[in-house]
Amino acid sequence: MDTLAHLANGFSLALTPINLLWCLVGVTVGTAIGVLPGLGPALTIALLLPLTYKVDATSAFILFAGIYYGAMYGGSTTSILLNTPGESASIVTSLEGNRMARNGRAGAALSTAAIGSFVAGTIGTIGLTFVAEPIVRFALKFGPAEYFSLMVLSFVTVSAVLGNSALRGLTALVVGIFLGMIGIDLQTGQPRFAFGVTELLDGINVLIVAVGLFAVGETLYLAAHGKSGPPEVLEVKDSIWMSAADWGRSWKAWIRGSLVGFPIGAMPAGGAEVPTFLSYWMEKRFSKHQHEFGTVGAIEGVAGPEAANNASAAGVLVPMLALGLPTSATAAIMLSAFQSYGINPGPQLLDTQPALVWSLIASLYIGNVMLLVLNLPLVGLWVKILKVPEPLLYAGILVFATIGTYGISRSVVDLLLLYAMGIMGYLMRRFDFPTAPVIIGMILGPLAEQEFRRAMTISQGDLTIFLTRPLSLTLLIIAFLGVAGPWIWSRLRKPAAV
Amino acid sequence: MLRMTSAVVGMTLALGLPANAQNYPTRPISMIVPFAAGGPTDVIARIVADPMSRLLGQQIVIENVAGAGGTTGITRAAGAKPDGYTIMMGHMGTHGVAPALYPNLKYNPATDFTPIGNAAGTPIIIVAKKNHPAKDLKEFVAWVAKEGDKANQAYAGTASVSHTTGILLVSMIPGAKSTLVPYTGTGPALNDLIAGQVDFMTDQIVNVVEQIKGGAIKAYGIATPKRSPALPDLPTTIEAGLPSYQVSAWNAVFGPKGMPADVTAKLQDVLNKALDDPNARKRLDELGAVVPEGADRGGAALQKLVESEVARWSPVIKDAMAKEKK
Repeated sequence: MDTLAHLANGFSLALTPINLLWCLVGVTVGTAIGVLPGLGPALTIALLLPLTYKVDATSAFILFAGIYYGAMYGGSTTSILLNTPGESASIVTSLEGNRMARNGRAGAALSTAAIGSFVAGTIGTIGLTFVAEPIVRFALKFGPAEYFSLMVLSFVTVSAVLGNSALRGLTALVVGIFLGMIGIDLQTGQPRFAFGVTELLDGINVLIVAVGLFAVGETLYLAAHGKSGPPEVLEVKDSIWMSAADWGRSWKAWIRGSLVGFPIGAMPAGGAEVPTFLSYWMEKRFSKHQHEFGTVGAIEGVAGPEAANNASAAGVLVPMLALGLPTSATAAIMLSAFQSYGINPGPQLLDTQPALVWSLIASLYIGNVMLLVLNLPLVGLWVKILKVPEPLLYAGILVFATIGTYGISRSVVDLLLLYAMGIMGYLMRRFDFPTAPVIIGMILGPLAEQEFRRAMTISQGDLTIFLTRPLSLTLLIIAFLGVAGPWIWSRLRKPAAV
Repeated sequence: MLRMTSAVVGMTLALGLPANAQNYPTRPISMIVPFAAGGPTDVIARIVADPMSRLLGQQIVIENVAGAGGTTGITRAAGAKPDGYTIMMGHMGTHGVAPALYPNLKYNPATDFTPIGNAAGTPIIIVAKKNHPAKDLKEFVAWVAKEGDKANQAYAGTASVSHTTGILLVSMIPGAKSTLVPYTGTGPALNDLIAGQVDFMTDQIVNVVEQIKGGAIKAYGIATPKRSPALPDLPTTIEAGLPSYQVSAWNAVFGPKGMPADVTAKLQDVLNKALDDPNARKRLDELGAVVPEGADRGGAALQKLVESEVARWSPVIKDAMAKEKK
């Protein structure tokens, strides 16, 4: 009850014409930067920090919240249309989304991403409103041992993207883990596989690898094996909107994705990518349309991960508002914006600044509605991009990928890496190696390694820590069932069937 | 012919000379901050850059170039043209610790820069999980010495402030040998400290002040000569029994080596005035940051600080790294 009263008060503060205008500016800017690779919400909010000298706190946070949510919406657009993820959490979206786009279903893919983002953003914000406290307490139970087990569970995802040959899929996974190892080792401070290149000390940005493997690799493949003759245009089949069947397949995926994304987003070391992996795996496992995955594109494979991505964005705000802890780059900048208003966010933020916090939460609801209204009409516009003749389209993708990569850190080394990854992507495609396991290995490998070593350090080298902590054990059992379950299930059923 | 040559020489000189200080600055100045936006150094840089911009009549644009413990950004800034249009916010890590930590460092903190002035330091606080058995700093020191490598100490990654100041703390407790647990940032490290997964850490006041006030973690001492107005009940390490542990993460403005003297003087003057700006001062106070006064301001004082810090950190870090290798 108290919560509802606070929330109503928050809405009354956020629903002024001027604040609505800030919200609209925020979601528009957010969508735009989400679409552009290399320019993320963290950088944008950092650029806008000087505004905090001139605008009152409520308006500034409404603007920032709009940018934050908007970027999550926009990130999926280029993943689906151009196979060029704008941020690491939308890499998974491109797996099925781009397949759908190339089979004439870009409109449905974009729609399910937009509506799924809305559903997940709203579920996540409701979670932030009502269950922030228990979620924080739950997240604090996650120590290094639990995180390691969570990463083990996430590795099961690989089984969904192995492709035709397990050997090739696992080879790709190991390549990914190797790429993830490059850089300074956190535990000892020693550089690994950096070959004296300073730019490699902080590791390789996974986005560069994804864009290189997917977009550049694809372009090179087409250039090498393309047909001659008049340029073809990708056609947009059917309606650009979702059919009844699409709705029926999407809504459950949205809900499942949200339920996975929100709690993992609230965990400081959960990461934005892990819930998208888990969601993708779940959708593939439970789907009745297995044959569409990786071929013509399955709509669940877009709906679920996209929902998980947006719900986890709401989850990230939980430790920020409940503990004053920044667990992502964007949260860190939003916290420093709090400080420029003389507010030091901490465990008492909700008690000392209820009006500000609740108007921020209210503006998240408003921003979500605005984003849906803004993005659905844009779908019609975006699909027109695919009407560009193929050679021009792919040339455009190359330009886009190059500019975006340079924008990430203005480093020439990154550009060389992008094209090296592009050549690798071409060769992998040529010899039928799946590229998705590279990304999974690259993200999960270092996370799992760090958490494992951290757990070992804390427990003084006692391996049983993973089995004696109930949460950790539960996660390991789920992971085991994820791998061995189908096999055991078929063994159990066989005698009955025979 | 001679006249022509001298005219050409004159023109070349005029073009080659940096903008003279009477007009400086005529365009926006870029200030490279070698850490991500939102961190303590970034926040301090923005607070100081705001009044400086107004005094200079030109915007100081903050450019965050993070990586390799801040040395990526400083390396880039050190190579910039020394015309006063690229300056940087250096830091205890980049200009004190880095030479010991990075054997291949591409700059020398003492000789490759034009020191402009120390801006603000954030004092270090020793914090522990809230149910830690030690009641005060003396008990805590005894506990660390007794536990040996069973004492788990969190830090925010290689070359972070919590890393180096944490190593310094343990090096000052005879017989102590904590186990260092690395995290990928202050947020995750503090989260595990709040959850009680690790025992203790050291960090800058701005990162921990609200957690201490909210009772999520406990604090044993602040490593400055004076108590902080932000936490008036917290004793200093001098009062609490570990007087040798004195450390603040200082942030100071530098230019590349070889800046014209008049440009340097102008920037020093402007920084000096910015530090006395009431609004900037209020915000720095709220963060718990300490602003240098009197003789501690200006380029000469900063040069001395850099030299003493490099000398201070070198043996501590090398010793810790040697132990690590064993």
